[in-house]
Amino acid sequence: MADALFLALSVLTIGAAIAALELRSLIYGSIALMGTLGGIAGFFILLDSPFVAMFQIAVYVGSIAVLILFTVMLVKRELIFKKIEDPKRKLAGIGLMLITMVALGAIILDSGVKTITTDSEAVDFRDIGVDFLTYYWPALIAMALILAGSVIGALVLARREDTIEDDQRTD
Amino acid sequence: MTNELIEFVLVSIALLGIGIYGLSVKRNAIRMLFAIEIIVNAANLNLIAFARFMPEAHSGGQTFALFSIAIAAAEVAVGLSLIIVAYRLYKNIDIADFRSLKG
Repeated sequence: MADALFLALSVLTIGAAIAALELRSLIYGSIALMGTLGGIAGFFILLDSPFVAMFQIAVYVGSIAVLILFTVMLVKRELIFKKIEDPKRKLAGIGLMLITMVALGAIILDSGVKTITTDSEAVDFRDIGVDFLTYYWPALIAMALILAGSVIGALVLARREDTIEDDQRTD
Repeated sequence: MTNELIEFVLVSIALLGIGIYGLSVKRNAIRMLFAIEIIVNAANLNLIAFARFMPEAHSGGQTFALFSIAIAAAEVAVGLSLIIVAYRLYKNIDIADFRSLKG
């Protein structure tokens, strides 16, 4: 049976996910998204993966959420508080969500996942480091190159062209 | 372990459903990015949960989750800069307005 900590974390994570999508202000929405990401980090700690939990907090809560907050603040004020959606689409979306949840939930509850339990020891986080530097070293280097490439790409994309700057100055 | 695998998987399914709802209903580009992040996190939770419940302790699941988090960070950086470029061109973040490729 689930314990109280698990239930509290689930309520925090799922409630914050709904709030992130439904709150009127994008700023509060991104703060709620931080709650979801932090809740996931809590689940990682419950699953005996403290290293991944720290990574999640450092990368997601620390950098991605702050990056999103900064982007939101670059947007015009009235766009931050405006909700853009049609009511018909909203009903269809809620229907799609319920169908997904019920169908996948029924399949999972009917499968053998319910009976899986474990007595194995938690993985030592030192093993992850050893794995990274021995078996997965090409993937690690590829990931580093992808990260560098994407950061450079993001900088090039978001760079201000001189012509645009001149136009805005005359505006 | 006091919690069972099925509980983590059910939370993950709930997050996936919420993310799909956000992607299909919202037309705000930043909100759609939120929905994508929620879905990616549901997938990461599944990876870690199934890795923890392996019959023998194995670090592969955690390693893959770390790769996944790093790639998601790269994706968000590029996605946000695309949104900034689109905002600069159209002065709006409604994706229904981004239609210069539509012909």
